[in-house]
Amino acid sequence: MNFDPRFSGRKFSSVGTRPLRPDGIDKVTGRARYGADFNMAGQLVGRVLRSPHAHAKILKIDTSKAEKLAGVKAVITAADLPDLTDGDAGMYDVLDNCMARGKALYDGHAVAAVAAVDASTARQALKLIEIEYEILPHVTDVDEAMKHTAPLINDAIFTEGLEEKPAKPSNVTKRSQFGHGDVHQGFGHADVIVERSFKTEQTHQGYIEPHACVANVNLDGTADLWVCTQGHFVYRQHCAQLLGLEASKLRVTSSEIGGGFGGKTHVWAEPVALALSRKAGRPVKLVMTRDEVFRASGPTSATSIDVKIGARKDGTITAAEATLRYSSGPYAGTWAEIGAMTAFACYKLDNVKTVGFEVLVNRPKTAAYRAPSAPMAAFAVESAVDELAKELGIDPVEFRIKNAAQEGTRSSYGPVYGPIGIGPTLEAAKHHPHMKAPLGKNQGRGMACGFWFNFGGQTCVDLNIGMDGSVSLAVGTVDVGGSRASLSLVAAEELGIDYAQLKAVVADTSSLGYNDMTDGSRGTFSSSMATISAARNAIKILRDRAAQTWDIPVDDVVWENGHAIAKGEKYGNLAALSLKEIAAKSGTTGGPIAGHSELVADGAGVSFATHICDIEVDPETGAARVIRYTVIQDAGKAVHPTYVEGQYQGGAAQGIGWALNEEYIYGKDGRLQNAGFLDYRIPVCSDLPMIDTQILEIPNPNHPYGVRGVGETSIVPPLAAIANAVSNAAGVRMTHIPMSPPRVLAAIEAERGG
Amino acid sequence: MAGIAVSTTINGDAFEYLCQPDETLLDVLRDRLGLTGAKEGCGTGDCGACSIILDDRLVCSCLVLGAEAEGRQVETVEGMAHGDQLHPLQQKFLEHAALQCGICTPGFLIAAKDLLAKNPDPTEEEIRFGLAGNLCRCTGYDKIVRAVQDAANVMKGA
Ligand code: FES
Ligand code: FES
Repeated sequence: MNFDPRFSGRKFSSVGTRPLRPDGIDKVTGRARYGADFNMAGQLVGRVLRSPHAHAKILKIDTSKAEKLAGVKAVITAADLPDLTDGDAGMYDVLDNCMARGKALYDGHAVAAVAAVDASTARQALKLIEIEYEILPHVTDVDEAMKHTAPLINDAIFTEGLEEKPAKPSNVTKRSQFGHGDVHQGFGHADVIVERSFKTEQTHQGYIEPHACVANVNLDGTADLWVCTQGHFVYRQHCAQLLGLEASKLRVTSSEIGGGFGGKTHVWAEPVALALSRKAGRPVKLVMTRDEVFRASGPTSATSIDVKIGARKDGTITAAEATLRYSSGPYAGTWAEIGAMTAFACYKLDNVKTVGFEVLVNRPKTAAYRAPSAPMAAFAVESAVDELAKELGIDPVEFRIKNAAQEGTRSSYGPVYGPIGIGPTLEAAKHHPHMKAPLGKNQGRGMACGFWFNFGGQTCVDLNIGMDGSVSLAVGTVDVGGSRASLSLVAAEELGIDYAQLKAVVADTSSLGYNDMTDGSRGTFSSSMATISAARNAIKILRDRAAQTWDIPVDDVVWENGHAIAKGEKYGNLAALSLKEIAAKSGTTGGPIAGHSELVADGAGVSFATHICDIEVDPETGAARVIRYTVIQDAGKAVHPTYVEGQYQGGAAQGIGWALNEEYIYGKDGRLQNAGFLDYRIPVCSDLPMIDTQILEIPNPNHPYGVRGVGETSIVPPLAAIANAVSNAAGVRMTHIPMSPPRVLAAIEAERGG
Repeated sequence: MAGIAVSTTINGDAFEYLCQPDETLLDVLRDRLGLTGAKEGCGTGDCGACSIILDDRLVCSCLVLGAEAEGRQVETVEGMAHGDQLHPLQQKFLEHAALQCGICTPGFLIAAKDLLAKNPDPTEEEIRFGLAGNLCRCTGYDKIVRAVQDAANVMKGA
């Protein structure tokens, strides 16, 4: 019987409860091992030399002095990582990003690396590497980079997606377009049109754990990699390809991960560590400093977005249009494309058009950050929506309710929606006490909506039943915030046993089949689907063993509440057999009992959220402070509600930092000026209020329990909700994120002056 | 290279080690003594992941030299539980899910322990300002603050 993933509307006994997480004790006692907490015998310390220039030709690298320093065991450059990508342009970019090949493309780009017996020798060795650069003109601003006069970052790039192939290369790698209807006609029917331009600055995921790994390449071509990653199977593929290793001989173990948020989905240091280990013939530990994390890993796109929305007097939107320009670092990306897909996804629109431009700049390669690209697009669209509501004299929540997408709506990016949560989150916002709470002086309230697709993908799970009746669950998605607890709950639910009887672990790449990256909010969605399927496969065996024990046909045995039960009058005397009893006898009834599952989790349900926030603006300094914050989001089904709340709160807090403070600041020389937590200020405890959450459950029809991904959507509305609140508090529309004190003050002063 | 000989007390036990003059206490704890509970999030005193208590004072161990521990009392997250008995803060962090990834947790636990030692009955605001030197990127701090409030109540009752 094939696995049926459809929603079945069952009553839950484990799912929806809030037990302690299985990895909790290790984490509160300091015993949990993260990327940098692992060591191997004879291990060397690796360090990376990085370009101080935003754009420069590398004329010559002389490593001879470094190699001669006592204690140095290997020095590598791009020459030690030959190009094995075989025409795969995406992987070539990854390789080039790991170690510059001929040209340094941003401040912080790796150019060489060393492995030495200790950290101070390694640091000293870096100073002895001599590099001759020819400095080239650079560009770091997304709008500047689009100009014809801008320095070209890669002269082999001709914009894709244009009707005619361009004659000249440019920094725009691709144009993409989405939508339907006729926006020109739609605007013709509008009574009011709002047209605005917005900018957002580049931010970093800001995980507290820097990238860290220990690599060991053996003489026989086998290798091990211990690493903090969101996807050890993908890291294995990428590292094997770049190093010319056989994938199955490279075992990658994912350590506990100290935050990722999309930023640990790409290899940077790992191929370098493996290459160092191969050259030195010893294990190498490579840990990035915080400065390196900011300069060379992570960041989001910086964006520049134009939005135009028109509506009739009754509040019906007649047309919506946006042009989105997203920086992707020095390599091609699809970030504007994702922004263009998500921009108007909350609304039911007859006429909609979005155009995205991917723009090269001399900044680090853009990486995913929680619902990547969606927060910036939502900021622009939701700000314009608010203004339009204001001009029409309609309450912003009512205006959104009137235009919200519904089941059956054709989304702005193509597909037709199934059951979705945008309407319900707006209704919940409308009735939330937060909406009616009084505001003080210099305070303003804002709200906004957000959308994220959610991903599924390739997933593999093993469920093994011990002879004592305990159950171990081996999963291949990484636990970024409590998924071992939620997956244990799902297995307990399906098997009908107690949560305490289970232990979930994240298996390494040699112990389990391939799993896609843990991204797109797919961890609990996909692995719970595979867990349910694995549990059902185990139940088949359990029923079979019970049938054998009773000597009756297996079709007469059902599984209920953790027991095999013989169905039918004639079996009246047979006492039910528990999982534990069946397991105890497994040695004589056919051997170990296990359930496996390997599947592609399709049908990840889209997710919507509505956020409300109150802001107080100090008119003298321009400082904005969050006074109250509420998150309302559809979870499909909250497997472990406490961790769902945690995802809502965490995303909101990151959004608050992005909205009010965080930004990469580049000098005229193209160097990053704030590569540390002192000057790149993420929210601290005293910056924030409690963050209220409300979980809605509109079941995803494509998951047995109705689960949707929950991790990412919570970062989509905050930029806009806060911008709307600041605009209301300050009495002037804010169009540039972050709304740091100088920007807010300048806007207030311009308004006063004008 | 000759090292500096240091005798110190860590979590109540006597320790002796050799360290280099430029080596931080965080590096000594993690790399020489295998006490990897304290984490390095920045190395510059900005994140609090490396928090320890040095003679009743909360410090960032990335800003203290290994040699400075000579003759002093060091307390790390590894010393918070007594046998199989978790410290109330550890217990409450678990119950409130005050950790997601958990990398910041050792630092928060130590900082909160120091806070409650000095102010057993803090207001929400005092907790928020007391823990403002510790960065958490996952939780938005809500559940951390609640866990500390709850632990304070338990500890007052004890
Ligand atoms: S590592 Fe010491 S404060 Fe960040
Ligand atoms: S729980 Fe991840 S940084 Fe705090």
